[in-house]
Amino acid sequence: MTEGSLAALVALGAFHGLNPGMGWLFAVARGLQERARARVLESLPAIAAGHAASVGVVAVLVSLTQSVVATRIVAIAGGAALACFGLWRLLSRRHFRWVGMRLSLWQLAGWSFLMSSVHGAGLMLLPVITASAPVAGHAHGLGHAQGSALMSGIFVTGVHTLAMFAVAGVIAVLVYEVVGLAVLRRAWLDLDRVWALALIGAGTAAVLTA
Amino acid sequence: MALWKPDPTFYPSPRDAASAPPEKLAYVAAFDRSATKPDAIAVLDTDPGSGSYGEVVGWTELPHTGDELHHFGWNACSSALCPYAPHPHVERRYLIVPGLRSSRVYVIDTKEQPTSPQIVKVLEADELAKRAGYSRPHTVHCGPEGLYLTALGGANGEDGPGGIALLDHTSFEVLGRWEVDRGPQYLAYDAWWHIAHDVLITSEWGTPSMVEDGVVGELLLGRKYGHALHFWDLRKRRHVQTVDLGDEHQMVLELRPAHDPTKQYGFAGVVVNVEDLSASVWLWHRDGDAWAATKVITIPAEPADPADLPPVIQPFGAVPPLVTDIDLSVDDQWLYVSCWGTGELKRYDVSDPFKPVEAGSVRIGGITGRTPHPAAPDLPLAGGPQMVEVSRDGRRVYVTNSLYGSWDDQFYPDGVGAWMAKLDSGADFTFDERFFPHGDAFRGLRPHQTRLQGGDASSDSYCYP
Repeated sequence: MTEGSLAALVALGAFHGLNPGMGWLFAVARGLQERARARVLESLPAIAAGHAASVGVVAVLVSLTQSVVATRIVAIAGGAALACFGLWRLLSRRHFRWVGMRLSLWQLAGWSFLMSSVHGAGLMLLPVITASAPVAGHAHGLGHAQGSALMSGIFVTGVHTLAMFAVAGVIAVLVYEVVGLAVLRRAWLDLDRVWALALIGAGTAAVLTA
Repeated sequence: MALWKPDPTFYPSPRDAASAPPEKLAYVAAFDRSATKPDAIAVLDTDPGSGSYGEVVGWTELPHTGDELHHFGWNACSSALCPYAPHPHVERRYLIVPGLRSSRVYVIDTKEQPTSPQIVKVLEADELAKRAGYSRPHTVHCGPEGLYLTALGGANGEDGPGGIALLDHTSFEVLGRWEVDRGPQYLAYDAWWHIAHDVLITSEWGTPSMVEDGVVGELLLGRKYGHALHFWDLRKRRHVQTVDLGDEHQMVLELRPAHDPTKQYGFAGVVVNVEDLSASVWLWHRDGDAWAATKVITIPAEPADPADLPPVIQPFGAVPPLVTDIDLSVDDQWLYVSCWGTGELKRYDVSDPFKPVEAGSVRIGGITGRTPHPAAPDLPLAGGPQMVEVSRDGRRVYVTNSLYGSWDDQFYPDGVGAWMAKLDSGADFTFDERFFPHGDAFRGLRPHQTRLQGGDASSDSYCYP
């Protein structure tokens, strides 16, 4: 993993953490509902766990695929799929549907998993994963390659989620304690559209750098 | 096209919404009782600085006749900011306008020409029937999963049950019946929720056959109209509990839950108690894990000479107050109660919801009173304060005078007329003498619900305190 890939992973994590729709807003809402900061804080790990699971599935799958199929093919096929997904996100006017605010922490993690998955959070990491993949088919054999692919997927997920968790946590606490939610009216850019553009960009990057 | 920033009319909390700028326009549903002319959405100028303040400045006629417009709502509201499915970059621009008699639903765009809204979609009755099994659509609320549309009646030859249909947020197509398990619920009217507690509440009026030709005396005295509140699990769409107010309390209509999402109480108006013709307002609240309702306001009937009364109430020798609408200010401090029979609009301080304190009252119209508006002191008025709507800042209150075509004719047989009034609600509670569109202003149609541009006290729900 190069320094550039690491920086990209962290940056994407921060970007995901920044998006109110990815969970920090839910954490704040849960805190405000009971006027308890503890509720904000306990919600954040659950949200991060759901996000990690969603990203992890993609990261591990892509890494494992790369260990048996040429990285170049994975990057091109995955990149094309990613760009299409981003385009669909950009053009579709549908939004995530969910009803219910009274969730257990397990349900909150489940919510976060679904939210991240339908937004393609893990897919966005595709170019980073393919760019930093260990070369497949070494003399050490397939088993070893898969083991290191698995580790690489877990590492990517961990770094990304940590960045997401840190940014979401700082924003949640700041908004809860200091800023107040009125800031949403001014500062909530349509990140879903930025997100869709990022997906298209990530897909294109994966194809071009393959 | 979606917005880059949240729609400026969305507010995270009721506290924020109370600081919203005053509305410049009001939209009023108006219908032709004879069903020979098209119904219309009238646009009223509510900007006191404008030269046409208090006048009808826009008029969008529907393409059909006999719809009987009644209640309506916005395509999107502050609930779009809710954290579990945020989509705040949609616009509040379409009015979703059901025809209570025709079962058509119109989608009307107010954005391009706010004073000349355009019809952009018409859902025919058979779509509501085919996809949801309902007819006679009534209340519209913008909710987390789509638009919730209550309906009084069944479809395909069935009188009931009435219930809720879900409409898609963006295409406005009917998605289907909302209820997964309706339990014992059969009658329907209004619905709203405690959105942050995953609770939905519904109320009861009657099925189409019970209401469309007027109130039926035998059914009323036989206590057959609705007299219960229903509580539902908003997530699972399941009936949880019925709270029966007692069968003497006939017709439980408007539901006004607290706007503060941390609270779990609200007010429901009851039209008439058949034992003494009084009307009442009930508070629903938690009682342990269950729901309970407590009568917090009783408004007695006023004795009258039977000769002055319409046939429907002549035998009783009294005018029933007929509480047909109530509205709760966004800060949950003030409750407005319409007494359509006696022609009185009451204001209550409900800072302690269990102990409302009357804090102002005005008279206008009324079955025997016929009280004029101060702007036209020589003009006796029929009808009474009926649909009441409160501005987001709580300072302005709008009322219209028609209840429902066939019922207007029973209680005001010499003609209900058409008027709208505005009150200023502060330390005093008084009529604005500059705001009194009436008579020909409504072109022979009868005004019903008012929706204020940008939202009002009964249009939005909030997920943050």
